[in-house]
Formats: sequence, C-alpha cells, structure tokens
Amino acid sequence: MHDFSYYIQLLLAGITVGSLYALIAIGYTMVYGILRLINFAHGDIFMAAGFFMIYISGTTSIYVSLPIVLILTVVLGVAVERAAYRPLREAPRMSVMISAIGVSYLLQNFATYYTGGLARPYPVIPFLTREVTIGSMTVKALTIITPVLTVILVVALVLLIKRTKVGMAMRAVAKDQSTAQLMGIKINNVISITFVIGSFLAAVGSVLYFSNYEQVTPMAGAMPGLKAFVAAVFGGIGSVPGAVLGAYVIGICETFIKANNDYAIFSNAFTFALLILILVLKPNGLFGEKLAEKV
Amino acid sequence: MKQKRYLLYSLVLAALLLAALIAIDNSSLKSSMLSTILQKGAIYALVAVSLNLLNGFTGLFSLGQAGFMLLGAYTYAILTIPVEARSSVYQYFNGGLVQFSLPVVVGLIAAGLVAAFFAFLIGLPVLRLKSDYLAIATLGFAEIIRALIQWNTLGPITNGSNILRKFPTYSSLLFPFAVSAVCIGLVVLMIRSSYGRAFKSIREDEIAAEAMGINLAKHKMMAFCTSSFFAGVGGAMLAMFQQSVQAKYFTSAMTYEILLIVVIGGIGSVTGSIISSFLFVACSEWWLRFLDAQHYIGGVKVPLLRSGFRMVVFSIVIMVIVLFYRRGIMGTNEFSWGAIEKFIKAPFGRKAREEERKKVTTPHE
Repeated sequence: MHDFSYYIQLLLAGITVGSLYALIAIGYTMVYGILRLINFAHGDIFMAAGFFMIYISGTTSIYVSLPIVLILTVVLGVAVERAAYRPLREAPRMSVMISAIGVSYLLQNFATYYTGGLARPYPVIPFLTREVTIGSMTVKALTIITPVLTVILVVALVLLIKRTKVGMAMRAVAKDQSTAQLMGIKINNVISITFVIGSFLAAVGSVLYFSNYEQVTPMAGAMPGLKAFVAAVFGGIGSVPGAVLGAYVIGICETFIKANNDYAIFSNAFTFALLILILVLKPNGLFGEKLAEKV
Repeated sequence: MKQKRYLLYSLVLAALLLAALIAIDNSSLKSSMLSTILQKGAIYALVAVSLNLLNGFTGLFSLGQAGFMLLGAYTYAILTIPVEARSSVYQYFNGGLVQFSLPVVVGLIAAGLVAAFFAFLIGLPVLRLKSDYLAIATLGFAEIIRALIQWNTLGPITNGSNILRKFPTYSSLLFPFAVSAVCIGLVVLMIRSSYGRAFKSIREDEIAAEAMGINLAKHKMMAFCTSSFFAGVGGAMLAMFQQSVQAKYFTSAMTYEILLIVVIGGIGSVTGSIISSFLFVACSEWWLRFLDAQHYIGGVKVPLLRSGFRMVVFSIVIMVIVLFYRRGIMGTNEFSWGAIEKFIKAPFGRKAREEERKKVTTPHE
C-alpha cells in the first residue's frame, strides 16, 4: 500500500496537469462562446508553440525567446482565424468545422515535415525545472508555479471579460452577433482579440506543459487539445470558470487513473466517458447558459 | 429511349471495369502499386459512402467512423482465425477464449452487426446532441473503444494490444470490389427509399421534418446504425487487405482522412465519395510519392522535397478545396450519363445548344 505522501504527490501532479488543460480549455471555450466553433486547430497551435520554443531557443537565450514564442503563437492563432475561419463566416457550421479539422491536419503535417517527425527535446528552463523541497517531498518548481500562474491568469481574464469595454463587447458578440454589430461593435476585431487571448494562454500552457514532459512531437497537441475541449464542455461551454473547474477534474482523475497500472490504458477513454456522461445528464455543462432553440 | 441508352452505357462501363479488374487480377500487375490502390480505394469508398450517409444525407456530423471500423475489423478477425492458428496468435493468452471459427461471409456480416449494435448503444444517449457535440461525442466514443480493445483484461478475446493475424483473407482483387459494390448498392437503395427522403428532410431542417411527421429519433438511429454497419464491413475488409489488425492504427486521424475524402467528393454525393476515395488513395500512396523523395535536376537539388512534403501539399490542397470549392468534385450531384452527354455536346456547335433551348421552352410530354 502506498503512504499518504504518495497520494499528495499524485494530487499535486494532477493539479499541475489540470492547470495546463485549463489554460488550453479557455481558448476553446472563448472561441466556442463567440463563433460556435470547435477550434480543432487549437491543440496544434499549442504544439506549434512548443516547436517555436525549441527552434528559437537554439539561437538565443531562453529569456529572450520566451516573449518571442508568445508573440509568434499569437500571430499564428490570429492568422489561422483570418485564413481559415473568416472566409467561412456565412457558411454552414459543418463547413467551418471541416475547415478547422483541415487546419489541424495541415499544422500536424507541416510540423512533421519541418521537424522530420521525430520527438525533439524541449529546452530546459531553469526556473521552472529546478527542484524545490516542501516538507518531505521534492517536486519541480513548475508543479507549484503552474497552478499559481493559472489562477492569476484566469482571474485577470475574468476581470477583463467582466470589467472592461473589450470584455463587454465579447459578451455582446457571444450573445447575438448581428445585434452586437448594430450596436457598433466591430465583430471581426472582437473575434481576433478572442484568438489573441486563446493563443496567448495556449503558448503559456505550452511552455509549462513541455517543460514538464520534456519533448515535443507533431502529434503532441492533439490529445491535450481534445481533453481541454472536454473540460470546456464539462464546465459549460462559454464559461471560463467552468472550463477551469472541468480541467482540474479531468487532470486530477486522469493522473490517478494513470498511476494504476491495470487501468492506465483508460486514462484517455475516461475523459471521453466523462464527456458523454455530462452531455447526457446536463447537456449545458455545469455552468453553461441555456440556449433557446431557434426555429 | 434515353433511359435504355443510359442503361446500356452503364452496363458497358461495368463490363469494361470488370474486364480490366480481371485482367489486372490475372497478370503481373496484381502485386503492383495499381492493384494496391484499387483494393484500398474500393474499401475506402465503402467507408466514405457510409460516412456520407450520415454527414451528407442525414446531416449528423459524426466522427466515430474509425471506432466502428475497428469494431468490424476485430470482430471479423476474432471470429474467423482458424482454430489451429489461435494458439500462435493468442500466444500470451493461452490461445484465447474463442475456440471456433466462422466462414468469411458470416464473419463479414457479423463485423457489420457488431458495429451496428455498438452504434445503437452509443446512439441512445448521443444522437440527441446537436451538431458539434455529436461530433466530439462520437470521436470520444471511438477513443473509448480503442482503449477497451487494448485492455489487457479483455485479452483472451481481443488479444490486448497485440496484433491479430492469420485470419482468412481474399485472394482475388475482385473480392473487395464485389463486397463494396453490393454494400454501396444497398446504401443507394436506402437513400432512394422513403427512409432516404426522410433522412434528407432531417438534414434540411429537423424541426420542419418533425412537423411533417418524421420520427427524428427513429430515423437518426436508423441512419447511424446503417452507417456503422457498413463502416464495420469496411473495417473488416481493411483488416483482410492488411492481413493483420492492431487497434492502435484506428485513430481519429483515420476518421479525419475519411471525412476529407467525403468533403473532396462532395458532401451528399455517393459517386463523389467513390471517385474521391480512389483519387485520395492514389494521390497519397502513389502519385504524390515523388514529393517525399529528394530529386536532383542537373545536379541541383530540388528545394523543399523531402520526407513528409507530400502530406503538406496534400493538406494545402484540402484546405483550398474546403475554402474555395466547398462543393467538392460532385457537390450533391450524382454521376449521370445525361450530364456527360451534355458536356460532350456543348462545345460542338450551336446545334446542340439550340436543341437544348428548344427542349426547355417546349413543355414536357
């Protein structure tokens, strides 16, 4: 039998994973709230951020490359929206979703081509990976930094949405695009800002995630992306606190399942079982708003 | 008169295709790339049509096709491995639990039935969901199935994460074509029946369809199970084609591939899906292969070409189709001799065009 500190350690690891999913999930939930689109490419933007870091840190120091990576990822996210989603704004939803799957396919294939398809080691970021000792346990610094940073970012984001003019515009667009437009809100700008925020958080998540797993592959974004989406649905799509809560539930449960050898293979399946369960029991998620059916 | 002529054309075309297939089957081409493309194309055509039945004709956006193919492939393999081969295949599980083997045809039908049964189970909760939730739920379902099959506790039946092999495969190139043709024929019959019309009305407007007295739950379930049945049969044939089957290859990437085939062919066109399956398989396995190799022209290395470039070009082409030619090759049209005749006649002189105009102005008999 394992002792108490083993479970504490698992819990800490789960919280870290959950925080990372939360950072990605916010991107999904915000885009879905505004465009009603599952941005399948979001996980791949997260992966691309990982590769940006690898290539840029090869030429300059870590601390210079960090902001460059954040900027590049944001540019990529906005570019994807411009190129692949904006032309289809009036198209049926199925077309936009297919376009999103196409972008995801393109990013994965391009990454495979550019990197040769092999796993690349992620650069070591000293202040994240150094070890700290709490009581009797030794953990990486990022185990502590990740949840703290996540909470700070989420609080900042919630304030942005609730208190600022941009946030008000976002909420208006999410509620009703055409009315928002009539009120003088520039929809395209608001959507771009949404993608900026989503990609920025994905980039931050990517730095923390890959510092933890130490390598990046072209497919590295797919699974975390889907799980983050499930987290967003679990919490009620469109709701930022909901997405964060969902991410923690999934991250912690997954870590415990992975730790048990007999059931480790179900760590991914569990997430989807949870998804089906929540969709059946509470289709709007925990904090989701009710959407009236329009005829 | 016209109908008869078109029927004749179709028979001639079918006979020519059959003759070509038999010729390839009996010549040295049988082990060539062409034959591989044809087999895989035929199998993918069936799976693509099955997905199109859902996405294109019923308007249900499902991403679970790989999961149903996986179920079909495993069902077929598990039920048809000869008893004497079982101890070597199931070497880690004492020869496995299943100690009988069924004939090939029964195995294929069982593959479809198992896939359809699971579709029924999963359909009960998820078919109530709206478009994108349904997509993600079916995608998730496929992942769950993949994990279940690889679970060691089920090993005596599924062989865990180990490979399944030594099941009977086909020897003639005609086999996948025959099975696909029969199955696609059945799908076409269904689409043309009153059920098919109900599916299309659900696609156009669920609420209006319901108001017209169409039982939404029943018809959605019917489309979902039928689609899964044929995906299962397709999966079983894919297993036969590859001569082995392993759960880890049936990922969501496979579903995306099939979805892209459907999109390229035209969402809502059976012939479009068939044409684009062959095109897709030929491009990705054969015609665009040269992009993956390094070439030198006059001693100068051609830039960009190296392993993986093929898929990049491929995905760019797909994006272009998705963004600019949303109708795909066929849109929602089907292949018809009338359209081809028109196309051939149109460029030749004014006469044909005038005839056409006359026909429009004179009322139908």
